[in-house]
Amino acid sequence: MSIVKRIVLDVLKPHQPNALEFARQLADLSDAYEVNLVVQELDDKTQSLMLTITGNQIDFESVSQHIEAMGGSVHSIDEVDVVSSETSA
Amino acid sequence: MFARLNYLVQLSHSHRIARRYFVTNGFDGVLAMLGLLMGFRVSGSGSLEIMISACIGAAVALFMSGLTSAYISEAAEKERELRDLEKSMLTSLSDSAHADAARFMPFLVAAVNGLSPLILALVVLTPLLLAQQQRWLEISPLDAAIAIAMFLAFMLGVFLGRLSGRFWLWTGLRALVIALLTSLIILLLNQFLMSA
Repeated sequence: MSIVKRIVLDVLKPHQPNALEFARQLADLSDAYEVNLVVQELDDKTQSLMLTITGNQIDFESVSQHIEAMGGSVHSIDEVDVVSSETSA
Repeated sequence: MFARLNYLVQLSHSHRIARRYFVTNGFDGVLAMLGLLMGFRVSGSGSLEIMISACIGAAVALFMSGLTSAYISEAAEKERELRDLEKSMLTSLSDSAHADAARFMPFLVAAVNGLSPLILALVVLTPLLLAQQQRWLEISPLDAAIAIAMFLAFMLGVFLGRLSGRFWLWTGLRALVIALLTSLIILLLNQFLMSA
């Protein structure tokens, strides 16, 4: 079984919650998550983000659901670091 | 539960809307009570029971009017905002916090809009209610209620001043002048009608 260690997402979100709150809520999903958020484009009602999440074992489904719950949508998965569970051990 | 509610309030900026409604409809409630009380004062008629019934009737009407009008307008406004946001996002937001905010925040705003005139009106009526329970002896309960209405108008002005960052005494006095002006108009109108 593979483990996702890092994931870079292209996300579109409304202005609210703001970038800090958005990143905080994602970081709170797990003790080991580190979230880096870069606003790449600012529109009238939306923001395009480059979102990088690093962790011991990233649960993409949970991250994706939480982004949607905050009104965002994942446009693409731009980068991933995945290791097999044996490598991780 | 409270954290979620707080999150939805912040997300939709409903605290600003509710605060605005609290002041505007609260001021409506205070002025409506002041108008009724001044009417009783200048006419010199009306028993305590009639005064209380008339004022409570008006307060309940303000409560219902505030509750329903704010709900209808806020629900429509939030729905439109959500649709506009969905257009910009090019996706449905039905499972998002934004949809929850659009569903629940109109209830909160409506409650504030309805309860603010009702509560402030009941505060104004306290001397009359105390007098009815025979717990008021010192001064006329009608005068005391009018004084409380003036004080509440002043305090709402002070609250607005604190919000806007303007000098609180100035905004408080401005609201008090409006209340005094209302009383004066009622007084003059009554004199005009009596002399006619």
